[in-house]
Amino acid sequence: MREIHVSAITDAVKKLCMEANYELEPDMLRAFDRALQTERSPAGRQVLQMLKDNAQLAKTRKIPYCQDTGFVVCFVELGQDVHVAGGLLGDAIDEGVRQGYTEGYLRASIVKSPFDRKNTGDNTPAVVHLELVPGPQLKIMVMAKGGGCENRSKFKMLTPADGLEGVKGWILECIRTAGPDACPPLILGVGVGGTFEKAALLSKKALFRELGSPNPDPAVDAIEKEVLERANRLGIGPQGYGGDTTALGIHILTYPCHITSLPVAVTIECHAHRHKEVTL
Amino acid sequence: MIRMAPDGIKEVVPPLSDADVEALRAGDRVRITGVLYTGRDAAHARFLPLMDEEKPLPIDVRGQIIYYTGPSPARPGMVIGSVGPTTGSRMDKYAPRLLALGLKGMMGKGSRSLEVREALRRHKGVYFGAVGGAGAILSQFVKRAEVIAYEDLGTEAIRRLEVEGFPAIVVNDCHGGDLYEEGMRQYAR
Repeated sequence: MREIHVSAITDAVKKLCMEANYELEPDMLRAFDRALQTERSPAGRQVLQMLKDNAQLAKTRKIPYCQDTGFVVCFVELGQDVHVAGGLLGDAIDEGVRQGYTEGYLRASIVKSPFDRKNTGDNTPAVVHLELVPGPQLKIMVMAKGGGCENRSKFKMLTPADGLEGVKGWILECIRTAGPDACPPLILGVGVGGTFEKAALLSKKALFRELGSPNPDPAVDAIEKEVLERANRLGIGPQGYGGDTTALGIHILTYPCHITSLPVAVTIECHAHRHKEVTL
Repeated sequence: MIRMAPDGIKEVVPPLSDADVEALRAGDRVRITGVLYTGRDAAHARFLPLMDEEKPLPIDVRGQIIYYTGPSPARPGMVIGSVGPTTGSRMDKYAPRLLALGLKGMMGKGSRSLEVREALRRHKGVYFGAVGGAGAILSQFVKRAEVIAYEDLGTEAIRRLEVEGFPAIVVNDCHGGDLYEEGMRQYAR
């Protein structure tokens, strides 16, 4: 049994929260470059160039890329041979969020109760999804999830008769209705199968895959590419000003499902796609 | 006041008159110089009972622009943190009444309701779009910032910003023009 002290988890989460908000991953920057080559709309190209410049400034001056520094969504893969020592895993993650957001000049965007809406002041708590995996390691994947795009995420129970065409149509419908509100160009995390909550969880986890990398399942990869191509014919464009770059990527994760069901969850992610991970 | 800069971009200087607003068209690129007031969900929610009782708001909105944003904290020595727009539709419930009180401009991102667009037409108002998620760059156009009301709301407090050449685009004008609809129509394939 390998022991990992909670202080190492807190330090890691703190660092990931800060870095995610200042530095977009290289896959995002490459996606902006690819889009600049194909975008026909002058206003769209201006937006894409501004996003590139914004990423550069955020990194060099350590100003958050977006003022909405997000809800911290944490996927934790805990090896079964790891013992977390010195406290609770959830507390350690929240302490990392608290330190990262306070010391990093990141915005506190979380209210304690959805009804009384009082800000917790330090962006805690995080949303934590824990998965047990084999081995002696602990992997922490952090996403700073923006609220504007999250508000446009959707779920639908399709029927088996709706089939693959139904799934494609629903993803496109989600993109169309998200429109300019969710800060396009978008990235879509899609969970297909499982149950109501499983599909939603998969749709979030799907966003961690490197943008532009193929889906490991060739059949699903073809679906992703087709829907992306159709999404970029909708005309919404960067910021909704009209153009060819409405989405930068569609990532699908699937799970077995019941003979009666075809659940499809779509997490809408904006271009401020801030995610980092570390393995302890 | 609206003036045309040599590079063809309209310079918007609040306070704005009806004639200023009429001179703006959906799709116009603009630069805003002067005062912007920030306000988003929580501040607008506090306006509502004041408007119901016809009491004064903490800012005189006549001729002014409200920028829908909740900035991130400023680092020491900086004027403000990241300061991009938030989704405008969440303020749809309040906007027509503010426009009736003389508010001339709103700035955010994302579509507005039919009611808001109708109110823009009726009261001569304009909705600007700033680039969402470009908050680091946009912070560079803010020269001064001070909290002037609802300090307890933290990021959602009302701030008076002095901006210089703040880049934006006209999304909804007072003539019924809508950049989102027109842009999508133009580029849909």
